Amino acid sequence: MHLLDNIRLALSSLWANKLRALLTMLGIIIGIGSVIAIVTVGDSLTGSITDSLQSFGVNNITVSLQKKSDSDSSGTSVRMFGPESPDEEDLITDAMIEEFRQAYPDKISAIALQQSLGSGQVQQEDTTVQVTAMGVNNDYALANDLNLMHGRFIKDDDGERQIAVVSDVFCESVFGSSGASVLGKDFELSVNNKLLKFYVVGIYEYDDDGYVSLSNSDPVTDLYLPMETAIKLSGGSSGYQSFTVVAAAGTDTSAFLTQTKNFFASFYTRNQSYTATASSMESMLEEMTSMMNTVKLAISAIAAISLLVGGIGVMNIMLVSITERTREIGTRKALGAPGIAIRMQFIIEAVVICMIGGLLGVSVGVGLGAVGANLLGYAAKPSLAAIALAVGFSMAIGVFFGYYPANKAAKLDPIEALRYE
Amino acid sequence: MQEPIIDMRGIVKTYNLGMPNELEILHGIDLQVYPGDFMAIVGESGSGKSTLMNIIGALDKPTSGQYTLDGVDVSQAKDKELSVIRNQKIGFVFQTFNLIGRTSALKNVELPMLYAGVPAKQRTERAKKLLEMVNMEARAKHHPNELSGGQKQRVAIARALVNKPALLLADEPTGALDSATSRTVMDIFHRLHESGMTIVLITHSQELAEECSRILTLRDGRFIGERKGAGRSASLG
Ligand SMILES: Nc1ncnc2c1ncn2[C@@H]1O[C@H](COP(=O)(O)OP(=O)(O)OP(=O)(O)O)[C@@H](O)[C@H]1O
Ligand SMILES: [Mg+2]
Repeated sequence: MHLLDNIRLALSSLWANKLRALLTMLGIIIGIGSVIAIVTVGDSLTGSITDSLQSFGVNNITVSLQKKSDSDSSGTSVRMFGPESPDEEDLITDAMIEEFRQAYPDKISAIALQQSLGSGQVQQEDTTVQVTAMGVNNDYALANDLNLMHGRFIKDDDGERQIAVVSDVFCESVFGSSGASVLGKDFELSVNNKLLKFYVVGIYEYDDDGYVSLSNSDPVTDLYLPMETAIKLSGGSSGYQSFTVVAAAGTDTSAFLTQTKNFFASFYTRNQSYTATASSMESMLEEMTSMMNTVKLAISAIAAISLLVGGIGVMNIMLVSITERTREIGTRKALGAPGIAIRMQFIIEAVVICMIGGLLGVSVGVGLGAVGANLLGYAAKPSLAAIALAVGFSMAIGVFFGYYPANKAAKLDPIEALRYE
Repeated sequence: MQEPIIDMRGIVKTYNLGMPNELEILHGIDLQVYPGDFMAIVGESGSGKSTLMNIIGALDKPTSGQYTLDGVDVSQAKDKELSVIRNQKIGFVFQTFNLIGRTSALKNVELPMLYAGVPAKQRTERAKKLLEMVNMEARAKHHPNELSGGQKQRVAIARALVNKPALLLADEPTGALDSATSRTVMDIFHRLHESGMTIVLITHSQELAEECSRILTLRDGRFIGERKGAGRSASLG
């Protein structure tokens, strides 16, 4: 008996009991669907993060203040985000950074400092353009891989000058152009309840980093000011909650990460509330991946249970179907069907149920996964390998759970089957 | 003398062997059917006609006795060999037609060839030819639930003949049909008989039995007599 005939037969017998077939498939659909959905979201997430890691640079180490936990004063992995922010004396000072620079002159390529001012508004005729204003040093551009289109970046000796480096997107909104002609033009920035005039000295290219914007409005871009200007605007507090070190090429980043961490932590041994810690994109990605894998494992366990239940459902419906078709089986045997042909017929029927369930599950999963990835702001990347594996696995379930009923059918006594009412 | 197609010696069939409700149904049947015979088996209900027919058709094995079908020893055959015998040597026609639902008359007729491994194109050609023979070609695409009883039985006869069996077995093929449709079915059997087919027919109808060439009467699992039938002329009178 040929495969195609068996498949056609299976499809027609499923079609005759559409609702029953669909209900039977439900477990498979849910199982496969949830796995594909979570894998799609997970892959999109890690894919986008890997992309931005590459653009951000694998040599970057971020040093930041971390609140010491009450129970564990060495304060490693347990992070406590207290409601209060660090006092000025807790912040990392320029002196510490200078000392660090002296200690590892060969390993440091750049140290990017930033002093965030929060969101600012630029009023232009009847529209308001939102920006994220921050004071930066010259190394910031290197650490963040900024692509300067026109003019120059902020320099360390710009002092308290009222100049700014803005994005091309910003220029388009405010000046209607992002060409070199914008250089030297001024705008009024309102930040921290102050309104100040700034001159554009540089324009950088805005990089959306693979994020998908859900709204049609322009993205809020960064606006860079000289560090001292920013400190003055923020109310005079100097010092940093975090900054980025770019390790020199050829440096063992993970070893340097530990050295950096220990170096800065040593300043905080007697501080009651804060310590300094260091992390790299790599270490963050590892953390992220391991978290993702935990989630995948948990979902896979749920999916496995659902597939098991689905498989038992398929077995059950196959047993029902075989009982209903006892006379048909008897007739086939009387016409000379060998046991193996009957067995094949019903295994293929079970496989077809499971495969259709698997394909439906894949479509549901890809759909949900795409919605999930978009909600998180990433482009969906459905994994073809996972889809092929899911469909293959559901077919294997069909073979596994279809075998027993099919074998039962194959072993029916032809006379008894023909006499069955 | 010609070799018999069916050669049965001392066939005994016992149900529930070794159990308290053990029941011997056939008590040593001797039967020879020769090529070209059109034989009727008659007898009252429960006499064991269907039991005997199932053994002839290799659907069931005798408890003891010797059975050779077209030179093959059926009493010794394994399940797999039995299915080949049923597929190649025997055509079955049932009282209740037993067409496979949800599939067309044509596909039903193709079924025995499917199990014989005949290629698709040849299958369809031959199935169409057989449907033509029973005058059912116009309904080839119809499903069994769209056919009348007589039409179903004609499709079933086409299906039984499609693998060119040595033997056509019919267990009360007209039992579920009215007399006019029974006539059509009987006429098909006569045509087959005239073209040389060997047929064994079980019937409760005295008139239909008279149309056969040999009539055997079974009572309580034993043959109690054989006589010659009038042949087709009985139906024309
Ligand atoms: N599987 C079985 N187990 C026990 N007894 C059986 C079985 N099959 C048939 N019998 C018995 O064997 C006897 C003969 O049955 P069979 O079907 O051969 O009769 P029949 O001559 O074909 O009757 P009818 O004309 O009504 O079809 C009956 O008494 C029946 O009860
Ligand atoms: Mg009977």
